[in-house]
Order: sequence, then C-alpha cells, then structure tokens
Amino acid sequence: MGAIKITTPLTDDKILSLKTGDEVLISGTIYTARDQAHFRLVKLIEENKPLPFDPNGQIIYYVGPTPEKQGEIIGSAGPTTSYRMDKYAPVLIECGLKGMIGKGKRSAEVKEAIKTYKAIYFGAIGGAGALISKTVKSSKVIAYEDLLSEAIRQLVVENFPAVVINDVYGGDLYEAGRKRYENKYSIAV
Amino acid sequence: MRVVTAEEISNAVKNLIINSSVNLPEDTYLSLKHGFEKEISDSGKSVLSRILLNAEIAKTELKPLCQDTGLAVFFIEIGKDVAVSGKNLTDAINEGTRAGYSDGFLRKSTCDPISRKNTGDNTPAIIHYDITDGDKIKIMYAAKGGGSENMSRLKMMRPSDGKEGVIDFVVETMKEAGPNPCPPNIIGVGIGGNFERSAIIAKKALFRKLGEKNVDPELAEMEKVMLEKINNIGTGPMGFGGICTALGVHIIKEPCHIASFPAAVNIECHSHRHSEIII
Repeated sequence: MGAIKITTPLTDDKILSLKTGDEVLISGTIYTARDQAHFRLVKLIEENKPLPFDPNGQIIYYVGPTPEKQGEIIGSAGPTTSYRMDKYAPVLIECGLKGMIGKGKRSAEVKEAIKTYKAIYFGAIGGAGALISKTVKSSKVIAYEDLLSEAIRQLVVENFPAVVINDVYGGDLYEAGRKRYENKYSIAV
Repeated sequence: MRVVTAEEISNAVKNLIINSSVNLPEDTYLSLKHGFEKEISDSGKSVLSRILLNAEIAKTELKPLCQDTGLAVFFIEIGKDVAVSGKNLTDAINEGTRAGYSDGFLRKSTCDPISRKNTGDNTPAIIHYDITDGDKIKIMYAAKGGGSENMSRLKMMRPSDGKEGVIDFVVETMKEAGPNPCPPNIIGVGIGGNFERSAIIAKKALFRKLGEKNVDPELAEMEKVMLEKINNIGTGPMGFGGICTALGVHIIKEPCHIASFPAAVNIECHSHRHSEIII
C-alpha cells in the first residue's frame, strides 16, 4: 500500500479518514517544540496569554535539531521520545492542536484527548535525522531562541515520512504491531 | 616514561566525536542490513531500509546520523608507563569534547538536572578510567542518546534469582521499553560487581563488536537465549511491529558480594555511534 499524502492544516475530515498503521507523507507548515517549549506554552495558556503561534489545526513536531552549517536549511532533525510531552499535550489539543509527530508510547490521557478532540499522533523514524532533514524546505525560529535546539521553529516540509500510531478510533500501532508479531521470530528465523 | 601532550589527546577526542556522528560503524550497518533481510513485517522492513538510507546520507553529506548527538561517554585505558603533559587527562578530554561538538555542528545536550539550563558546550563528559600495562592510552568514545538511556534499568536481585532471573529482568525491561529506545537496539548487560559497577560494565559491554561471540560459553548461551526472547516480543523496528527488536545482547560479568546479585541493562539505539583510538 502506498503512502497517503496529507497537507497542513489538518481538517477533522482528514483526521477521521486516517487509521492506525497508515503510512503518510506530510507537506506544509509544522511547528517544532519539545520539553521546555511545551512547559512555556502551557504556562501561557494557563495565564490566558497569547501563544507564539495559533495551534488551531496545526501539527507539533517533537524535535531538537543539530545546529545547521552554513548554507543548510536545518541540521539533523529526527523525532525525540514523546512521553515527556504527555503532561502538556492534552492542554494543547484542547486549544485546537490537531497533530503530533514524535516517537514512542503516549499516556492514557493523551490517547483520550486524541479521541475526544479529533486529533492524531504520528510516529517518525527515530535516528533517521539526516534523511528527515531532506524533507525540510524552510526553517525559522519563531520563539524561545534562548532554548537553543529546543526553540520553537516554523518548518515547511515536503513529503515528511510518518506512520499513524494513535487514531481517533482508539487504535494504537504499538499495541497492534507487537501483538501481531509476538513469538514470530522463532518461527521465521 | 612516555609523554603525550594534552593537545594530542584533545585533537584525537575531537576527531573521534566528529567522525562518529556521521559514520555508522560497519558492524552495525551490516547487522541492520541482515535485520532488513530477515524482517517479515512490511512496516519493519520500510523502517530498516530508511535507517540504512539515513546512514548513507549521513556519510556522504557529513550530516549527523541523529539529532541527539548524545552525552559524550568515554572509557579510557591508561598504560602505567605513559604521562600526559600540559593539562590533566580529564581536562584534555573535556577540551576535545567541547571542540568536537562545536566544530562538528553537533547538538549540545548536557544540562543542569534541576534548572535544565544547558551547559552550552556538551561538557562535562562522562569518563571512566582503567589502569593497564604498557605506555599507550586507549580512548573509547560513545555518543549516548537520551531516548535509549532513559529506558535502561538496574536491579539489585536476590542471589536465589539465578541466571533465569537476569534473563527475565532483561526481557521485561525490553518489553516495557517498547518503541521508546529506537529499536532495533543493542543491549548491554552488566551482571555482578556492585550497584554502580554493574551499570558501568553494562555500558562497557556495548563496545563489543556486533556478531562477535562472548568468550565465556555460559554467557554466550545466555546472550543467545535473551536475543531470541527479545525478538519474540514483537516490538520490531521503531515499535511498528516485527521480529527485529534487538541486534545483539552483550554481557559482562564480575564478582559480587555474597549477599548481592546486581544486574544492569543499558539499552543502546540502532544509531550505535562509537569509536576508539590508541595513542
């Protein structure tokens, strides 16, 4: 099965059409944020202050790239482990955030927020930072420059490869995939 | 007494760091390729092919394999007949680390644990020293990422748990880790020593070449059993499901207290960046 092409911002219709295990190629504007940026974003929301970008319909990519060399758009830029953002993600989803790209398992609270507010969690390939960086067509720091690699960047990506992990129907690729291949190694090898 | 300058050490460290960030060791590359050939899951195959392609891009474009260029970890073996001039060895290694992470355009991932303020230059490095015979200094370097390190575990087991206890502990740790440590992983296991020693030897075990058999037949058999059990979990490449969850299990064993049975599991991601030099 070929990969499904999707563009940002994400609409509810598009999210409803995607299912756990679907391979996707994402194009359009996405925003980067990891631990410290999430802490600051959620603090602003709690204080009713404006955010550096409008999360409505958007995707946040959990990444802290390596510094770019002269002439490069971005350094190596693969996903970081997502569970560290679990405390903050439901708040952002409630504010309209539609997609998250990272790697690794999410909490029950995040999965519930995904179902309730029609959002989606994509897994990218950890440790493929050089390959993923080629899909980034522009990069601009828009907030928290003091956080260095953890600053919020606005990226424009083209055919960014990812897989749907958690869909709105409660599907979870990490559980389904593991069950499907449990005890298959001894049979195959 | 042979004398080596601190500058020579710093330069060697800098080069190890920059080269490791873009060159996946050959044994790791071949092991991933073997995993790709054996993998029965489509998504697992797709992940492994992209990981192999990533290694090619990193090598030709000199772009870091992974954005997490790690904490700088060193195992140093110092011959008894060699001295360092100019600076102490620790300062020389930190100087090389600073230069490597800066000149190589690598991410600085070292911070204060409470305030989370970045130290700005990826120092201090984590350095373990051993004294050996001879007049050489062996520097072994690993870029250790946070994702796999966070899933690592240490357990003070009971002597009655036996080797089955260690096997269960390692497999359970891998089951719990699931997709988080970027599988396929390399698993370093430290058995014995004491609390801190078990963790250090678990890390040191990661430096053994993939595919190289443990010289102790009993440990070699335990590694084989663990590898099979881990690959039977079903996690697969990046946790999308599959049979390639681990590329290898490496054990180091040391004597321990009569009342203790320490075991440590240090998980390493597939971006297994390490290299060494003898000066």
